[in-house]
Amino acid sequence: MSELSLSTYAENTWCKGCGNFGILSAIGDAIKGLEAEGIPLERFAIASGIGCHAKIVDYINVNSFYSLHGRVLPTITGIKLANKDLKVIGFAGDGDAYGEGIAHLIAAAKRNIDVTMVIHNNRVYGLTTGQFTPTSPVGFKGRSTPRGSIEQPLNPLELMLAAGATFVARGYTTRTDHLVDLMRQAILHHGFAFIDVLQPCFTFFNTYKYYNKRVYEIDGHDTSDIEAARRLALEWRDREDDKIPIGVFYKVEKPTFDDGMLRGGMVLSGDTEVPDIGKFTNLGSGTDL
Amino acid sequence: MEDYSVLIGGQAGDGIRQVGTLVARLFSSLGYRIYYWDDYPSLIRGGHNFGLIRACETHIQAYRESVDIVVALNEETAKKHQWRLRQGGMLIYDEDVFKAEGCGLRLTSMVKDAGGKPVMRNVAALGAIARSLGIEWDVLEGVIKTAVRKEPELNLKIARTSFDAACMPEFKVERLSAPALPLIQGNEAIALGAARAGLKLYVAYPMTPSSSILHFLAANEEELGLVTYHPENEIAAVIAAVGGAYAGARTMVGSAGGGFALMVEGVSLCGQSEMPVVFAVSQRPGPSTGVPTYTTQGDLSFVLSAGHGEFLRLVLAPGDPDEAFLLTGLAMNMAWKYQIPTFVLTDKNLSESTYSFKSKGDEVTREEGLIWDGKGEYKRYRKSEGGVSPLAFPGTKGIVVKGTSYEHDEAGITVEDPEGISSMQDKRLGKRVALLEDLERMDTVKVHGDVKAKTALLTWGSTKGACIETAESLGLKVIQPTVLEPFPVASIEKALEGVEKLIGVENNATAQLAGLLRCHGIRVDETILQYDGRPFSVDGLKKRVEEVTA
Repeated sequence: MSELSLSTYAENTWCKGCGNFGILSAIGDAIKGLEAEGIPLERFAIASGIGCHAKIVDYINVNSFYSLHGRVLPTITGIKLANKDLKVIGFAGDGDAYGEGIAHLIAAAKRNIDVTMVIHNNRVYGLTTGQFTPTSPVGFKGRSTPRGSIEQPLNPLELMLAAGATFVARGYTTRTDHLVDLMRQAILHHGFAFIDVLQPCFTFFNTYKYYNKRVYEIDGHDTSDIEAARRLALEWRDREDDKIPIGVFYKVEKPTFDDGMLRGGMVLSGDTEVPDIGKFTNLGSGTDL
Repeated sequence: MEDYSVLIGGQAGDGIRQVGTLVARLFSSLGYRIYYWDDYPSLIRGGHNFGLIRACETHIQAYRESVDIVVALNEETAKKHQWRLRQGGMLIYDEDVFKAEGCGLRLTSMVKDAGGKPVMRNVAALGAIARSLGIEWDVLEGVIKTAVRKEPELNLKIARTSFDAACMPEFKVERLSAPALPLIQGNEAIALGAARAGLKLYVAYPMTPSSSILHFLAANEEELGLVTYHPENEIAAVIAAVGGAYAGARTMVGSAGGGFALMVEGVSLCGQSEMPVVFAVSQRPGPSTGVPTYTTQGDLSFVLSAGHGEFLRLVLAPGDPDEAFLLTGLAMNMAWKYQIPTFVLTDKNLSESTYSFKSKGDEVTREEGLIWDGKGEYKRYRKSEGGVSPLAFPGTKGIVVKGTSYEHDEAGITVEDPEGISSMQDKRLGKRVALLEDLERMDTVKVHGDVKAKTALLTWGSTKGACIETAESLGLKVIQPTVLEPFPVASIEKALEGVEKLIGVENNATAQLAGLLRCHGIRVDETILQYDGRPFSVDGLKKRVEEVTA
């Protein structure tokens, strides 16, 4: 983050070399950029779950809610419903979003609520010191799977395409400018924007070399073509020669959940209106038979 | 005293609930006070449903075992409930379906001949009930015209046919001088109380017997100026409510015990993050799935202690719709005044039974919490006298609002140092002092019946109706706390002055309120418990009270 004004006094406790720094830097730059374009800083609200990723809310000086493990999506859904004028961004780890909270992730994509969801996907539990997650590769030796994980990893992009997300992207923490641009597009997207970020865990699952060798930026892809997006999502399946595409896989406009729920523009936050309930306490109101 | 009971039963799908409501309206329009228990099993078609409508000159809130009229749309109803008929009572039944002693009417044929749908047997039954009670046709016509929206003419025609064919009246229900009151179910009163206190977002996953809060609010959301949201599960419900509260909207969630169990991490989150959320919990028999459509008071201990960690909460237990309306309003206003989770603990009996409603609607209004004055640097968790930090919401120009589930400093940044931890816990728990002062000024423990009696019934929630009537007939006192946490010990002790024998009456198996009193060093001499899924009847309770007071 170039501008000091977005950092806080909180001591950063991520490990040296952690991929989270790339995400922190990218979101800071994306927010500052959008602020320069006219979105006031107070209109950003971010939320995180629990895990290493979640400390991000302590490190950025914008409105935030440090929520529970797996519960970022319900949190930001509530925030968006309360105040649709906010640009709401959620951060979650792969254990958080794809394990504990996967029902919420699928439901949010299905609803197409107008929020941005950034996943710090390091394919391991960091803060609880190294267990396998839903995206860990087969054979991953974590502290809960000492003989190696026997489960196939989840493909988050494929899942989000199937669930109905209207903006689906993948980023990589070392490609900061690319990530800033993805975040900017995601925040400006009117609908559910999902970014899976390849985030190496320096301490428990150092994947820098692996990603550096395979990651490439998508070029010449039609982002409105869901079949093409699915093919791209299936390119990387942990096979030795697989390449890993990053960029926007899919982007379409569809009616949003919040627009529908708020009946065209209610702002619930700060609404002090009290209804007259005489209709219900007076006699003579009907009942259907 | 004018006091009538009518039981009408049939299968699920026979429209029992609707005709029960019409019978209640019929009596209500004549100035009677109503209590209507809707008894149904957990299925869509078949089974045995019945409604027990009691109409009385006085404000009753419980049923009697004996009834004046049993209306049987099927044979099972007659077999199951004929014993309830008092001497001189009447069985009205559909002669096309089965044969019995009593007033047989060809209800199925009447509906068919008039060109009605099979479910309209319920209106045919209504005509017969009105006639048998000696209620004039124009009263019945008036009720059908105001209450029946679909095909009113056809319904009137069917009702008239059965009215004319029905057996001569055994009774003459007199019009009372008291003004008619509206009819309401407890869950509707909860919904209205919340709406009047500024509810803007209601989030709930359906679960009997709480679902009708969601249904009522969803059906009336434009009228009430709010939004209802049915998310993927109860965890999402409570967390969305927390997120909404953080962003400045008054929110409420609702469920039964099992769904509330899923919400518990959210209760604790409210405790740490100081987010105001109202929880409406409607009890049904457990453990686990238990008995979905019946009643209990078995979740008091659970709600009092739900959520890990130590934090302040307010638990309110209304006993009738008027209390439900007022206390839900209080729950919302206090949640925002103290930035705590608050609870309205109801049960199937209160939630889904229909009662006469005395409140006008303006008794509850939105009371503002402590809002930031816009001066100086904003800190969401600023320590202040009394522990309540001024509120501001994301979107406010020039400030940053940080809410958090972690232990934190005043600005909402994570801390783990000893002083940081203990001082914030002190801040939060310190709010209890002012909350207790507020509660002391309120009517937290109600006393009914003979206030000078030496024997008192101790009860809570919807069991109050049966207790009050029993106490009035036996010359006893009733003590009913409506605030259960923070527990109003001083008010309970005051209510106990002069009481030599205290009898706990609860719709559960382990006397949870009596246990709570014992925790505060107050002796409960006897307990009368019922845990068969049904609320106490007045006669049944009276008999049991007599046994322990003899």
